[in-house]
Amino acid sequence: MNTRAVTSLLLLLTVTAFLLSLMAGKVWIWPTSWAADNADGWIFLELRLPRAVLGLCIGAVLGLSGAVMQGYLRNPLADPAVLGVSASAALGGVVAIYLGLNLLPFGLFACAMLGAGSSILLLLVISRGGGPVGFILGGMVLSTLAGALTAFVISIAPNPFAANEIINWLMGALTDRLMADVWTALPFMAMGVALLLSTGRALDALTLGENGAKSLGINLARLQWIIVLGVGLAVGASVAVSGVVGFVGLIVPHFIRAIYGEQPSQILLPSALGGAILTLTADSLVRLVPGPGEVRLGIAMAVLGAPFFLLLLLRYRKGAA
Amino acid sequence: MTLTVRNLGFSHVQRPTLIGVDATFEAGKLTVILGPNGAGKSTLLACLAGLLKPDSGTASLHDADITRMAPTARARQIGLLPQGAETHWAITSLALVALGRIPHMRGAGTSKDDRRAITMAMSATATEGFAHRPVTQLSGGERARVLLARVLAGEPSWILADEPLANLDPGFQLDILNLLRRQAEAGKGVVAVLHDLHHAVRFADHLVLLHEGRLFAQGSVDDVITPSNLAHVYGIDANLFKDEEGSVQLFIKGKVRS
Repeated sequence: MNTRAVTSLLLLLTVTAFLLSLMAGKVWIWPTSWAADNADGWIFLELRLPRAVLGLCIGAVLGLSGAVMQGYLRNPLADPAVLGVSASAALGGVVAIYLGLNLLPFGLFACAMLGAGSSILLLLVISRGGGPVGFILGGMVLSTLAGALTAFVISIAPNPFAANEIINWLMGALTDRLMADVWTALPFMAMGVALLLSTGRALDALTLGENGAKSLGINLARLQWIIVLGVGLAVGASVAVSGVVGFVGLIVPHFIRAIYGEQPSQILLPSALGGAILTLTADSLVRLVPGPGEVRLGIAMAVLGAPFFLLLLLRYRKGAA
Repeated sequence: MTLTVRNLGFSHVQRPTLIGVDATFEAGKLTVILGPNGAGKSTLLACLAGLLKPDSGTASLHDADITRMAPTARARQIGLLPQGAETHWAITSLALVALGRIPHMRGAGTSKDDRRAITMAMSATATEGFAHRPVTQLSGGERARVLLARVLAGEPSWILADEPLANLDPGFQLDILNLLRRQAEAGKGVVAVLHDLHHAVRFADHLVLLHEGRLFAQGSVDDVITPSNLAHVYGIDANLFKDEEGSVQLFIKGKVRS
């Protein structure tokens, strides 16, 4: 299959998954009633539309960030969570809920972005001049610290309801988001995505190792800045609106590589599309599970993602043997 | 057309690896940097390539300070074949060679000029046959040629190679040396860090011998590869003789008895 055909197919699948996400749910809403002035029309505008747009954006952001992180660290097991940005943004969100700031407009979003922002700054300071190793270690430290503080905040929650609310938010979901949430998160995601998409050539050069890349005129310190800022803004904003949705950044680039080959620059855009398809589909499926309530997207993603990933690993091992 | 280092000094975490090195590398010549492990060969090459900033002294390309050149401009002039033959993803040989064009690329995609340079580099190294195979599936000798083609594709005036023969069988070592030799004959300045003295004796136009971070000797093979220099720097007892075809050969008898 040639690349252009596959890309068209991915685009088509993205549109399909987006439309599915607009329609699927306990109540199916067909396009004929999208503009209707009744309950269906209201559900579409107020619930389905923001949810589908968020799914599209968050999925794309996570897929792209995963592809960039794996390319930069030259390690197929890396994902955006390695940087500790998700954990720090989550901590910000948790603190906001604990303090009741989530009741203010944009309170939760602002706190989560503050968390992401401080982790970006810390990461740049910690890993300055250290190369990828300093970068990973710095990210791990931040991630662990933010995780511990998050657990601490939960443990001192004033009542079980608050703790429950925090845990629910942490698990990641796209439910009950408003268009206002979308408009708040979108600019950050767009900036992050633009930064990340600019890294293709430098990531390609890193195929030759750090010295090889430097000898080709690539400024690795600048690349590291761009990646930290890009992942920080894009993933930070995703976590701020949806909690932590794992696995997308890790598995999507693997599928894309199996189709497009392994050149880092070639998998950036397709990984964004793949991430959007996966997230939109998973988020549509969680709504269709019968019974009261809904499976959280973060949980569904891990449950769906893990076996797929295992399958992929087994195939890789067979290929390598 | 010369690459020059003047009074070059560099320290890795307090420990000096290069001390006051003066050396000149000329275009059209294959210069070999020799010296035992830890003598500072790779550090010298990294300073020439602009990857390391010297603590003292200068490395310059025709009077321009290499560390002050814009990275892309430098990359167009000086190509580096790094140590270790790193290739991190299973990309095709063609895609790998194309990476050599990065310093010349503006915007997306490859230009006609890029494609011409890539084709020439692959034909010079006889790597067209596996252009579409992933580099991870190539033999060591094939991969070494593809990596060299990557450097040639950038059409630099200078080719710096850090231990380009490591882990290669004798036949493949000679392939690479002949390729480097041909580039020097075509007018490029070629500088290679080598470990094998036999190869140095047979292929080098000019030699730079480092010992404990200092320049120990430089000049022609006859000037540098002498039994006393080899005994002092490597601690080996070696003889040099002319073979029936009149070329100098080296025979290492053993370690020097102290």
